[in-house]
Amino acid sequence: MPSWPKERRLLGTRVTRLEAPLKVAGRAKYAYDQNLPGMLQTAVLGSPHGRARITRLDLEAARRMPGVKAVWTGGGPGRELRHHGEMIAAIAAETLDQARDAVRKIDIAYEVLPAVVTEEDSMAPNAPQLVREGNVNVRNNEGRGDVPQGFAAAKAVFEGTFRCRVVTHCCLEPHGAVAQWDGDRITVWATTQGIHDVKDGIANVFKVSPANIEVICEHMGGGFGSKFGLEHEAVVAASLARDAGRPVKLMLERENEQTTAGCRPSAVATIKIAADESGRLTAFDATTYGTGGIGGGAGFGLPFMYRVPAFGRKHSDVRINAGSARAMRAPGHPESSFLMESAMEGLAVKLGLDPLDLRRRNLPADSLWQKQLTLGAERIGWPERLPTGSQTGRLRVGYGCAVTGWWGGGHDSNARVAIHNDGQVEVWCGTQDLGTGTRTALAVVAAETFGLQPHDVLIHVGRASYPPSGSSGGSSTIGGVAPAVRTVSETVLGQLFERLAPALDAAPADLEVAPGVVRVKGKPDQSLSWKDACARLGAQGLSAEGAKDKSLAGGGCNGAQFAKVEVDVETGIVRVRKMVALQDCGLIVNLLTAESQVYGGVVLGIGYALYEERVLDRDSGRMLNPNLEFYKLAGPGDMPEIEVIMQDLPERQVIGLGEPPTIPTASAIAGAVHNALGVLVPSLPLTPANVLAALGEV
Amino acid sequence: MDGSEPGDGQGFSRRDFLRGAATGAVVSSLVGQASAADPPAPSASAPIVSGAVTAQLMVNGHRLQVVVEPRTTLLDALRDGKAPDGKPIDLTGAKRVCDRGACGSCTVLFDGKPVYACSVLALDALGHAITTVEGLGDVDRLHPVQEAFVQHDALMCGFCTPGFVVAAAGLLKANPHPSPEEIRRGLGGNLCRCGTYSRILEAVAEAARTGKGA
Ligand code: FES
Ligand code: FES
Repeated sequence: MPSWPKERRLLGTRVTRLEAPLKVAGRAKYAYDQNLPGMLQTAVLGSPHGRARITRLDLEAARRMPGVKAVWTGGGPGRELRHHGEMIAAIAAETLDQARDAVRKIDIAYEVLPAVVTEEDSMAPNAPQLVREGNVNVRNNEGRGDVPQGFAAAKAVFEGTFRCRVVTHCCLEPHGAVAQWDGDRITVWATTQGIHDVKDGIANVFKVSPANIEVICEHMGGGFGSKFGLEHEAVVAASLARDAGRPVKLMLERENEQTTAGCRPSAVATIKIAADESGRLTAFDATTYGTGGIGGGAGFGLPFMYRVPAFGRKHSDVRINAGSARAMRAPGHPESSFLMESAMEGLAVKLGLDPLDLRRRNLPADSLWQKQLTLGAERIGWPERLPTGSQTGRLRVGYGCAVTGWWGGGHDSNARVAIHNDGQVEVWCGTQDLGTGTRTALAVVAAETFGLQPHDVLIHVGRASYPPSGSSGGSSTIGGVAPAVRTVSETVLGQLFERLAPALDAAPADLEVAPGVVRVKGKPDQSLSWKDACARLGAQGLSAEGAKDKSLAGGGCNGAQFAKVEVDVETGIVRVRKMVALQDCGLIVNLLTAESQVYGGVVLGIGYALYEERVLDRDSGRMLNPNLEFYKLAGPGDMPEIEVIMQDLPERQVIGLGEPPTIPTASAIAGAVHNALGVLVPSLPLTPANVLAALGEV
Repeated sequence: MDGSEPGDGQGFSRRDFLRGAATGAVVSSLVGQASAADPPAPSASAPIVSGAVTAQLMVNGHRLQVVVEPRTTLLDALRDGKAPDGKPIDLTGAKRVCDRGACGSCTVLFDGKPVYACSVLALDALGHAITTVEGLGDVDRLHPVQEAFVQHDALMCGFCTPGFVVAAAGLLKANPHPSPEEIRRGLGGNLCRCGTYSRILEAVAEAARTGKGA
């Protein structure tokens, strides 16, 4: 039975990324960076309207433009366009400028239709119907216990309405692909979270045998949930490449990326929540809605994190004329967290309880959360917190906290491991490194198993021809690939021990590895250096391929975050002064990159809390900020001090960590703002306008 | 580097440019980022051209022949440009992310100062020394800033990283011992979606501390 080592030499230490030198030196080649011989470049025409019907589409003048080699269109007159940026046509030419020139020559006319731009307009009785199924999908599905009784038994009841706005992924490498046909074989350089899904999609769409498809993703410039499966851009690139008989690159330009390539849905909740004398929640009721754009779906869970014996929930998914939502780092969870924790803040005031205590009383007494809350409160300086609403100056300081959890486990994964007769260890796994440090994690696991150094192991990921592994979503990657590499490495090590046993005059079961050597347990002098041991393997070396042993992966993890903010009540500006993030992820594979995941989650959460919002024109449905100067990301100057505290719990096996640390950040910040001001700012982002409105100043 | 030869810094062949018809002045649209004190002055006498011409740029200490149009940005010339013989320039370290001066992913040094390569016309770079991330160091001889980024894990997906590395190198060249606040301001023109800022700030502070940043 494979297992994690009891004494860890490398696991849980800080190991720098294998690909870091390539990335810092600008040598890492992303899909966007491919420059294949004869490659064409593509420009895209996207809908300039939120809702319109094409009345004329003539591509002939465009086709005749210099350098144009292939033209794609998704349909002409009669086609209804349902959101800004929706792809109408794409043109591949010798240069990007030629492709853009040709797009400008497309002769097109539209009948502009009334766009539905807000959730409330879409739910109105006489709203234009956007799709055959209707604009609103009501779900009355959730509930438990006797809700009226729960409210009747309460000491305090709080009611409020809270809102999270739509935000976009803003992957710095946009969606797109490079496609190259060679007869009936195709190679796709994709920026993707699932190389095998891209392969499967290409096989289905183009009727190509999977044996004739290669998908390559050596490095990718961010996905955050928006890059699953075969995407439209890759289909168009492959079609254009087939038509032109040349390789084609299609990468979305920023405006199309921001309007079409996914977003986190909005979430609005009117919540009623109650607790008894002791601060235990007794009942919860919520009417909620949200929009995932024209695709509709805007799911999020409520109640969230805290146990409520009786609750009811009514939810509506609402369609509007905007780009569809896609999974975004912990889909639904930061929304759930902000809505729930805001209600908890309000309830704490009603109860006259410290909001930290209210959280504690509604989490299991023996849970890791309790320890995390104690430690986090100490690190943020919670005792210095003044009572909510007690400050009167211009600059007010506030403290807030929120908890997080994640319930996923690892996906399925295979790996192949080889030992060569010069001692080189090589690992192949058909996963993809999203920037999470997957490659390096595999090197740590292999090196730990063979007594080597991580940077000495050759790791191959990012090709669909490698042993199959799952898509990278739901924080499931590390719990798939690390166990797979450990399992197969142990198999190969067993083979090595079989071979060496006679030479070392011991049974295979009595052999072990130590750094750089294979030796007999308890007899350190009966040993061979790693190189000498491997030299005995002959030309074929050793190798094995197999699936992960599931016992090496765990599931579910806990965390808590604390925020200290300063609010200027004259300008409405919120500054985060300090964040403390406590996080467990079971057995830590690489502490350095695990910490980076947590930093990353917190920074994303700061943007969600304070700056980010997709703004649509109220009439036309056009996105007004489809760029990076008016769509505001947190920048270096916005960074508070961030303290990351990782908890290593090896007995819980390997657990993914990408998503949980971004869930509670905005909630903790909003709680801190509440503490500073004495009023809840009901809507994210906590912009000056929203803060001043909550203060009754505008 | 294909299509290049060691240069003398005087890479522009005026004769080649004047072959183009005169249709409009090449406009200097150099947008410095927060850390670039002053944008470099536009070339004293901007050439008047239209259509594709061969320019000689000074990139990473080499003369580089690249076919450009008046509208071609320096970023596009580096990433997508081709030598007259059709060979790609292929300097893809600088990334195209916003293509309008908002994110810093395309940062290169222009006579030692960080600029957004997406917001400089290739022809405005004539006669100026351009340093891209590839010119700062290579994987086996990293620039101290690059080395500090590796050690501090100041990168995740890495798409913003070349821009940050170049911006940081430019900052340390101008101000070898910046305060933490000066580092934050100096890198204020760059964005990262993965959230690596804390570690970037640490890395740059360390590169400055060891005094090897410049
Ligand atoms: S690509 Fe040049 S600043 Fe964004
Ligand atoms: S490391 Fe991914 S954008 Fe900065």
